[in-house]
Parts: sequence; structure tokens; C-alpha cells
Amino acid sequence: MGLDFFLFSILFVFLTMGLGLVVALFIRGIDRKLTAHMQARIGPPLRQPFLDIGKLFGKDTIIPENSIPWLYNLAPIACFASAATLLFYIPLGSLDSVLAGRGDLVLLTYLLLLPSLALTLGGFASGSPYATVGAQREMVTMVSYEFPIIIGVVALAWQMTMLFPFDPNLYAFSLSAFSAHLVWAEVGLFGWVGLALILFVFLLVTTGELAKVPFDVGEAETEIAGGLLAEYSGRNLALFYLGDCIKAVAMGGIIVAIFFPFNLSPLLSISGLQANAVDLLFFFVKIIIVLFFSLMLIRVGVARLKINQVVDVQWFTFSLICIVGLLLVWVDPWLSPVLGILGG
Amino acid sequence: MAKLTKSFHRALWAFHINSGSCNGCDIEIVAALTPRYDVERFGIKLVGSPRHADVLLVTGPVTRKMAKEVRRVYEQTPDPKVVIGVGVCGMSGCVFYESYNLVGPLSEIIPVDVWVPGCPARPEAIIQGVTKAWEKLESLRGKK
Repeated sequence: MGLDFFLFSILFVFLTMGLGLVVALFIRGIDRKLTAHMQARIGPPLRQPFLDIGKLFGKDTIIPENSIPWLYNLAPIACFASAATLLFYIPLGSLDSVLAGRGDLVLLTYLLLLPSLALTLGGFASGSPYATVGAQREMVTMVSYEFPIIIGVVALAWQMTMLFPFDPNLYAFSLSAFSAHLVWAEVGLFGWVGLALILFVFLLVTTGELAKVPFDVGEAETEIAGGLLAEYSGRNLALFYLGDCIKAVAMGGIIVAIFFPFNLSPLLSISGLQANAVDLLFFFVKIIIVLFFSLMLIRVGVARLKINQVVDVQWFTFSLICIVGLLLVWVDPWLSPVLGILGG
Repeated sequence: MAKLTKSFHRALWAFHINSGSCNGCDIEIVAALTPRYDVERFGIKLVGSPRHADVLLVTGPVTRKMAKEVRRVYEQTPDPKVVIGVGVCGMSGCVFYESYNLVGPLSEIIPVDVWVPGCPARPEAIIQGVTKAWEKLESLRGKK
């Protein structure tokens, strides 16, 4: 790895970061606009999140007397940084990610946890009873959504290791491997149903992961006054806002990279830089479609669950669906050929 | 420290304090958020914590118990901020005029930038109050 590679990586990191930020805020704008239209409202302009961020950076940043100042100020930075790191692992269309080959799906599930962890720490450090209640609720939610996610990840990783047995040089379940090999094409009918179940749970868990309705018990504006964020203002609040937007894009990006890694350029028979640009745009469109089903549609349709209901739904219902998915993927290599023989 | 940026008045987040109101003005504030009036198209949204707020919507004549809390919420809101007094109660006490438990008018408790009279104030009037607040913010930006 020479100096060229190093400089190129740094340039690529900044490009990914800048593009990720702009796209994340833009997608939040689309989110709010679509939500408004579904409620028969006109809604804010698409650039509203940019205005919000601009305003928040101009406001005073108050550090409450009861807080632990260093932890209180560190938490938003940690949240933003860990959310931004996620972006570097996601293949952008036909372009490989910056950190391709240096981490896999298991690492990503841990990285996805970090922004929520930073939020929780910030909540505890702000020394407000509302924030403490919110932080405890967020911790319970974190514990409950992690289980279905990890079962799904195990099923997907197992499917991938079946494709590349005993080859230590291949990063078997990195996101690039998923992008290169369509999971749907590698399995039979049983595996297909199993994967569909896992996709269904991933779409719903995204809502919990991003702490949005119906799983937004930690923030719950109407009952605990913004919960975790109750004491945050100005710059710190802006960083949490950005972290949240980026995490939404990252979560959508992971689902797209695993389940829908299709590119437009082979269909349009173009190549080179143009192809990369077209694939990148198509990638963001796919993220918006995924987030439409996992965030916007659910948020408009349902109200907030109670904390015990959140745990029930995620521990029992989602985990059960995911385990059934895992079993179906597991039995697929034996049962699907039998089905093929019986069918024809 | 606090700066009035150009994006400020296009992204006003409002916090609503009820200082002993009869709930009439509170309903009208909620009505301004409904599909019929939809103030979110101007970037206005209701937030749950005064730390997030740019605008304080104060309803009601200030009762003795609430005076301290109104002052406290005002101090908890980060600068720059605008206070909008909604309803005629905050100005004069309205039907609660000369009641034994009032310490109002509101302007003796906290500095009020815009008044929206009415009993209750109509949603159109509240939206006009917000545009008056914009004018005030723009004139402040001009001075700096």
C-alpha cells in the first residue's frame, strides 16, 4: 500500500462523507414531504433539514448545571462519528466502499449499535430525569432489536460461507461479497421464502434501530419531552440530528446492498464513469424506496407502542420470524432439490 | 455567541407553555398544525422540550403558581428566541380579569415580542403572529 493509495483513500473518505451528508439530509426532506402528503398536508420544502441544521448551528449551546460536561459534549460527536463510519462500509452502487475488505456484516451490526449507545450516554450525562428515563428506555429497545438482527445476519453469513467454503482470502460475508453475489439467486424455493422473511424483519427492525414511530419510546416527545434529547440544544442537537439522518441512509444502504444489489448500467449498456454515476443515483433511489416502506409508511400508519409492547414485538415476534427464516435457509440445500424432483 | 442566520426564520421550532389557559388557545395552536392550515410548510414544528425551541407560544393569564415556571422555561430556551403571547388573556386577563390568583399580564413576567389577541386566537391570527415574528427577526438581522 503506497502513498498514492493512502491519498486516494483520504480523498475518497471526504467525498463519501460529503455526499453522504447531503444525501442523508435530502432523504430526510423527502421523508417529511411524503409523510405530509400522506396526511393530506403540503409539508415543508425539500431543503428543510438543511435549514434546520443551519439554524441549530447558529443557536446557543446550553450545558445544564446538573450534567457531566465532558461526557455531555462528547456523546453527540461520538454519535455523528460512528454513524459516519457506517457510510465507509457500504458499497455505493457499482463503486466499492472505502473500507471494503476491512470489516463484514457482523462488524456493521456492532457499528449500528454505537450511535444509540452514544445517545444513551448523552442522555445519562445530561442529568435530567426526562433524559434518564429516555436513556433507560433506549437501552431496553437496543437489547430487544439486536436479537432479531443478529439471527438474520447469522442466516445470511451462513448462506455466504456455503458459497465460498474454506477460503481464508475471501471476505465471505463482507457487504461487497453480497453485492457481487445476489443472495436470491443462490438459494432454492425454501431459502427464498426464508430470505423474504428475514428481509421483512430487517425492514421493520430498521424502524426500531432508528428509534422512529412505533418504536420511538426513548424520545417520545409527547410523554417525556424528547427523552434522551431533552437537554440538548444548538450544536450538540444538530450533531445528533445529522447522526440520525446518516444512520437512516446507512441502514437503508445495508438492506439495499444485501437484498437488492442490482445495477442499472448493465441494462443500459454504458461503462466507465457514467456507469458509476448512474448506479450511484439508482442506489440512492433504492434506499429511498426501502426507507419508504420501513420508515414513512409505518410512521403514518400507526401510533407509538408502550415499552413492554416494543420488547414483546421485537423479542418474540421478530425473533421467531427470523428463526423460521434461518431454518428455511438452513434446510434449503437438501429440501429444494427434492422439491425440484417432485415437481418435474 | 448566538447568531441570526438566514435559515433561522425558515426553521422555527415552537414550544407551547400553558400558563393557566382555559385550553381554548391551545386547541387553536394545534389546529394550526392540522392539514387545513399546515404550518409545517413554513418549517414550523412543535417540540417537546424548551431546549429545542426558538419560539415560545405562551397561552393563558399567568397564574401565581405558573409565573415561576414561565420565567424558568424562558430562561431554559437557548438564544436567539422569540416569545409570542397567544390569546387576549396574557394581555389583560380577559374573562379572568382581576381574579385573585393572577399575577399577569404576561409582559410583566417575560419580555413578549408579538401579541396575538383573540379569545381564542384564530389559527390564521397565530400564523400572522409568526410572520410578525419573522419581520422582527429580519430587522434584528439587519442591525447586526
